[in-house]
Order: sequence, then C-alpha cells, then structure tokens
Amino acid sequence: MTYRMTFRGTDIPAEPGQSVGAALVAAGIVDWRTTRKEGRPRGLFCGIGVCFDCLITVDGTRAERACLIPAADGMRLGDALETGDALGTGDALGASDDGRDRATHHAEEDGDAAHP
Amino acid sequence: MPHTHDVTVVGAGPAGVAAAVEAAEAGLDVALIDAAAQPGGQYWRHFDEDRARPEDRRGHHGWPVFTGLRDRLYVLRDAGRVHYLPGHQVWLATRDDAGTFTLRVTPTVRDPEPAGPGHGGTGHDGQDPVVARALILCPGGYDRQLPFPGWDLPGAMAAGGVQALLKGHRALAGRRAVVGGTGPFLLPVASGLAHAGAQVAAVVEANATLGWLRDPVGAVSAPGKGVEAAQYAATLARHRIPYRTRTVIRAILGDGRVEAVRTVKVDREGRPAGPEREIAADLVALGWGFTPSLELPLMLGAATRQDVDGSLVVEVDDLQRSSVDGVYVAGEATGVGGAALSVSEGRLSALALAAALGRPRMDPGTNADADRNTEAAGNTDADGTTDGNTSADKSAASGAAADPAGIRRVQARIRRGRRFAAAMHRTYPVPAAWPRSLPDATVVCRCEEVTYGDLRHAHAELGATDARTLKMLARPGMGWCQGRICGYATAGIAAWLDGRRPTADDLLPLSGRTPAVPVRLGELAALAETVTADPAGP
Ligand SMILES: Cc1cc2nc3c(=O)[nH]c(=O)nc-3n(C[C@H](O)[C@H](O)[C@H](O)COP(=O)(O)OP(=O)(O)OC[C@H]3O[C@@H](n4cnc5c(N)ncnc54)[C@H](O)[C@@H]3O)c2cc1C
Ligand code: FES
Repeated sequence: MTYRMTFRGTDIPAEPGQSVGAALVAAGIVDWRTTRKEGRPRGLFCGIGVCFDCLITVDGTRAERACLIPAADGMRLGDALETGDALGTGDALGASDDGRDRATHHAEEDGDAAHP
Repeated sequence: MPHTHDVTVVGAGPAGVAAAVEAAEAGLDVALIDAAAQPGGQYWRHFDEDRARPEDRRGHHGWPVFTGLRDRLYVLRDAGRVHYLPGHQVWLATRDDAGTFTLRVTPTVRDPEPAGPGHGGTGHDGQDPVVARALILCPGGYDRQLPFPGWDLPGAMAAGGVQALLKGHRALAGRRAVVGGTGPFLLPVASGLAHAGAQVAAVVEANATLGWLRDPVGAVSAPGKGVEAAQYAATLARHRIPYRTRTVIRAILGDGRVEAVRTVKVDREGRPAGPEREIAADLVALGWGFTPSLELPLMLGAATRQDVDGSLVVEVDDLQRSSVDGVYVAGEATGVGGAALSVSEGRLSALALAAALGRPRMDPGTNADADRNTEAAGNTDADGTTDGNTSADKSAASGAAADPAGIRRVQARIRRGRRFAAAMHRTYPVPAAWPRSLPDATVVCRCEEVTYGDLRHAHAELGATDARTLKMLARPGMGWCQGRICGYATAGIAAWLDGRRPTADDLLPLSGRTPAVPVRLGELAALAETVTADPAGP
C-alpha cells in the first residue's frame, strides 16, 4: 500500500515507513518554508533532526521536523506557509508551542483523515 | 520517586547499543534512551524494521554485527533487563550531590507511531525523568560543514543526510549529484547514490589521496577498511564516477534550488590553484568529516580536548571515563573514528563500569559468542563474510570479557582504532585557508542568516577577536539548530580573522547548549514546578 498525503493541494505519495521529508523530496519538492529575514527557501539539509531547516506544518501542528515525522495516510503538509516570522526566532528554546494540546490534535486528525 | 537504574546509556548507535547490551549482560540494571525510533544510530540506520526488505541491508557493512547486537538488546529488553526508550531525546542532564544523575526526556516526534518491535512499548510515558547512578553517553555526532556561496540552496544537503535518506527512507534526494568535501565517507555516499540510480557527476575531494590505506599504519590498524575502500573504488569505476582530488566546490549555483556547482582546483591549504569548472547537478552532498554532539557531556562539566581532526571531543581515560565521576563517554563523542571503534568503546565503558561496581558477567556461556558478534563492525562486508585479517583477532577474543585480560583486549583494539583514525584525519584535514575567498554575502549561520560579512564586521569594527564575543555580537549559532551546523565553521572564522588556527577555546563556546534540544515552553514550566515543589530535586 502507498500512503497519500497532500502538500498545499498537491498529492504526495509515501511508502509506509518513510519520513514526510523523504516523501517530499522523492516527489521532487525540495523546499517548503522560507527564512525570516531574506525569505530564503529551505528544505532538508542534515536529514537527521539536527539543523531544523526542514520545519513544516503537519496536520495543523507547526514547526515539526519533516526529516523525522513518519508519513501517514491522509496527512496534510505545509498548510501554514512557515515563514520565519511565524516560526519565531527559535532562540534555542523552540518557542513554537502554539498551545494546542496533543489529545485535541489527535482527535481532529482522526476526524479529517479519509480512511477507506 | 522514579526508579534508580545502575546506569543510563544515551544513544543507541554502535557505541550505545554495545554499551547497553554489555552492561545488562554483566548484570547491571540499564536504561537506554535514544532519539531515533529504532536502534542502529547513523552507521546502521535502516528502514522501518516492521517493513524491512532484504535489499535494505545493501550498502551496510557489518550488518550481522548489528543484528547480533540488536537481537541481544531485544532479548534483554523483553526480559526487563534493559529499559529501552527509543524516540526520546534527553534535553537536560543533572548530577546531584550524591552522584545520582537525572535525565529529562521529551519525545523526538510529538505523535509517535504506536509500539512495534522497534518502537518501544515499554509503557514509559516519556515525560518522567530517568534516574541512574552512572551514565554512559554515546551521543555520536553529525556532518561537519563549511559555508560557501549557495550551500543553503534547497538540493544542497549534508552527505550524511543524503545517506540517511537512502538507508533510512529508501529515498533518493536528486537525479544528478555532486558529492563534495573531504574524507573517506564521500565514497559510500557516492556509491550509495549510484546504486540507487542517481547519476553521480563527480566526487570532489579537497585533499590529495585515496592512497592512505596503503600506509602501513592505517592498513594494519583497520583490517577490513582496505577491502571496504576497494569496493567503493570499484563502484566508482563501474559507474564512471570521476573522483577529483585537490578540488573543492567553490559555489553552488541556482535560482531557488541547486542547478550546478562551480569547482576549482586547490593547493594543500585550500587556495585556488587552477581553472574553475561548472558541473550541472540537482543534488549536492556536502561533508567535511563529522563533529561530535557534546551538549550532554558539557552540561555535566566533562573536560574536552581538540582532536587530530580539529573537532572538540570529550577527554576520556583508558576506561572511557570522563573527568566527571560516574560519567563514561563512548563513540564519536570521544573522537571520530568509525563504527568499529564506537562499538569497542561502548563495550569497554560497560565492562569498566561493571568492574567498578564489582559486577561480573552473568552469562559466561555466551561470552565467546558475544565477542565474536560485536568486534567485527566495519570489518565484515555486506554479505557477512569476514576479512582474513580479523580472524586472529576473533579467536583471541573468546573468553570472559569482564576479566582484566578481556578489558585489555578491548583496550588494545581501541588503541589500534585510534591510530587508524589519526592517520585518516591527517590525510583528510579541513584545508587551513578555507575561509580565504568567502564573499561577504555568504550565509554562515543558516538559522539566523548571519553572513561572513557580518562576522567580519563584528571582528573589525566591534573588536570581536574570539568566538565567544563573535557569537555575542553577531549572533551566529543562536537559532533553532543552536549552532550545531555553523559552530565549527564560526570557530574557524573567528580564528582566521584573528590570524591563527582555531583552538579548543574557539570551539567550546559554540559547542555547549542548554537545553540539549529545543523543548516546548510547557516542558520548561513543568520542570520549574517540580523543582519548586521538590526541594530535594535536581
Ligand atoms: C547522518 C550520518 C550518516 C552517517 N553514515 C555513515 C555511513 O554510512 N558509514 C560510515 O562509516 N559512517 C557513517 N557515519 C559516521 C557514523 O556516525 C559513525 O561511524 C557511527 O555511527 C558512530 O557511532 P556512535 O554510536 O558513536 O554514534 P551514532 O551512530 O551517531 O549514534 C548516536 C545516537 O545517539 C542519539 N542521541 C544523540 N543525542 C541524544 C540525546 N540528547 N538524546 C537522545 N538520543 C541522543 C542519536 O540520535 C543517535 O541515534 C554517519 C554519520 C552521520 C552523522
Ligand atoms: S533536515 Fe535537518 S532537522 Fe530535518
């Protein structure tokens, strides 16, 4: 089986077990956010969760590392544009908490996902 | 009060898995925490175990060594002798006056997939601190990077990251690749890309030679490595991949993504010494060796030193003990030297700790096997056949590993591994003059977009003559990655602008980070509450 995700309206297939970032680059999408000051495009760089270049919104949760998040069927990727401003400076504390708690997030995800 | 383990091992790469297995088999009560969802670390990174395919082991060296260790780990986990916590990052490590260590952990990914064989299932909620009387830190490291124009264009990636996509995700990050930087690791990356169907337009190596393995010291120190290198050389030849030595990528070109690289011949110091050449590519894999993750050892106050390759590493004695009582460190964090060395160091740290606690091995019957299975990392090819040179090693290695002679044998292996690593580092140095022709507009800190010009300005106009001041004034390394990507380069630039070689003092201010990973404010707040509520806490 192949998972199907969507990235800003585009269908992204993923092999179960792949990360979101791997599925995106395999589909030819190499950047999904921009930097705060100069608006430079960013995608995968370190590939192992170290650089935070690859931050992406996953099912409405911001600032996830695309290289680490496992792909899942029906996932919505990149709904927020992830400009640097929205991400904050990071200032090493990852002040990205958007206040949504995990349980709520789960419930919404289940409601949205189209499970055949 | 959380349960107090004898030892917590951090990292389940070659060093950490070996340490955890060895410690538990010696009778210690072990916790093993790893950021990744399944064991293996960087070297033995592999596709989701629940969906494995036989070809996933392609490109893996010493795979049977890994599966041997992993089987033992899962047996010990299922027997309750290793409390294995995958998918969790340690973000704070503290030591109280009694010498007890408390590690605060946070899930690596907020919504981890449900439990499977490689996915925990330990019932740990991940938020409780993990407490132990000793630590074996095996945090490994990541690709070392040097900035240059265009290195932040999408399509330019760390060489290890490109490899991680291939090994861990069966994903190819581009069609036409250039692999550049320095060191033997460029070869497996190029060969992995070619196997996966990419066209590799060139391997661009800043230094002069592949011939170092003919160096008697290198070859004798690392039996098996010669074979590995020969296999890569054959792959390069078969796929007609040009290997350009004394050449660097001077710039990556492209509008919004990688379209080409511009390479130039250089001299020994990295100064341009020949014509430039443009090569079309949509993927560039970059690596200048590796640099260790030092945040946890530094947080606990462990002493460091500068290794032969110029990176800052943790100083350990011949039993893998750091300068902090009860803190052992093994693997890349004590110096980059490959997976086989990491395995040996992991084993030694566990054996030394067990001996210190007066705990002999509990399974004497499995000793010979254990030795056989753990020693050959990197010396065994992908089919599991071993190279001739290692058999002597192995027959010598049977017997009780916890006895002093067993410890001495592992120590001898580590000394050989270190000699090998030193020979490698001397052959593949970062060229001393690398910052020489950087344009001012080059982005150095990718997170905060601090340019080389900003650093030059802070040095020339604001008097920032050392890395610490440079960081304070120009703010490189203050963003999301906490300086992991640009730290080494910033230290190098600070020294370069000041007309000297970088030292440990330049590297240190860019290597520590608290918390060890970015955490949510809620976690910090919760910590503040427990600390206030529990005066006996950390
Ligand atoms: C991306 C990458 C790919 C590589 N690929 C190869 C290769 O193909 N061939 C090769 O010869 N060498 C490769 N290397 C070099 C390789 O790292 C070493 O040879 C070997 O893996 C080192 O083993 P180790 O146990 O010391 O560390 P690692 O294998 O790096 O393992 C360290 C583990 O600790 C975990 N960790 C670190 N900090 C924390 C924390 N705070 N909390 C929880 N867990 C933590 C990490 O997630 C990791 O799983 C690669 C390195 C990198 C960075
Ligand atoms: S690519 Fe570096 S954190 Fe994801």
